[in-house]
Amino acid sequence: MAWVWFHRFGSPPHFYRLARQLTPWFGWPAVLLCLAGLIGGLILAPPDYQQGEGFRIIYVHAPSAWLSMLVYVVMATSAAVGLIWHMKVAHAVAASCAVIGASFTALALVTGMLWGRPMWGTYWEWDPRLTSELLLLFLYLGYMGLRNAIDDVSRADRASAVLAIVGVINVPIIHYSVTWWNSLHQAPTVMKFGGPPTMPASMLVPLLLMLAGFTLYFGALLLTRARGEVLRRERNARWILEALDRA
Amino acid sequence: MNIGRFLAMGGYAVYVWPCYALAALVVGLNLAWARRSLRSAQREARRRLEMLKVDSSP
Repeated sequence: MAWVWFHRFGSPPHFYRLARQLTPWFGWPAVLLCLAGLIGGLILAPPDYQQGEGFRIIYVHAPSAWLSMLVYVVMATSAAVGLIWHMKVAHAVAASCAVIGASFTALALVTGMLWGRPMWGTYWEWDPRLTSELLLLFLYLGYMGLRNAIDDVSRADRASAVLAIVGVINVPIIHYSVTWWNSLHQAPTVMKFGGPPTMPASMLVPLLLMLAGFTLYFGALLLTRARGEVLRRERNARWILEALDRA
Repeated sequence: MNIGRFLAMGGYAVYVWPCYALAALVVGLNLAWARRSLRSAQREARRRLEMLKVDSSP
């Protein structure tokens, strides 16, 4: 059963059609979740007892930091699938991730700096968490640069896949950096082992809504971009004509 | 709810609102970029197919 699904998903015409049908099912729930999260986070949640209203930065900072890592894992995984099984659709998905990931990594870094200034007294510190997140941005930029430097799409796919796979080692380093080393950055509040999140529900629920909203939004972006990338990898196929006529 | 107090964010307005503005910018740009990327791929594919049709016609 799983193999049937795997092969069908790997077939470009099937993927193209499915991706188009699925996009609104990711996009519209993302809008609703983010709206609810914003109302909860900006209006309903009480101010923090230490950080006052300043803590509300969390509702954009944490979701963008979460996406920065999730997108990388999706990129590396699909690059590996593409490399191992020579699957064009998987390479198309991997190639679609880079711009999204890089922009949300930059957003996580900048919102983190704007949060660090009032709370830590500094925009930037060469701290393990901050440094490893900056390295993530460079990994995305390196991936994009490498792809741009190679004209042939399938060669670019293979070369950039290797970079994406090697770089995935940085993701657990980012996540555990605050536990392994002394860091200015706080330890995880939501995604930690051994115990429930250390946050009251009035603050936590909006955060979870934003996390879910950003994740579904990424799904919609990825499906849209991957359709384009699939088209770029298909030469002269008859199904393209049909797909374009219907669009 | 007092709008002025809400906008002041307890003195953190200069940090909180730029974060939200940048987030909105990144979300909006990604949407525009994704759509543009798909449309340009569709245009390219159409052009490629049309060239093929010209080539194959007698």
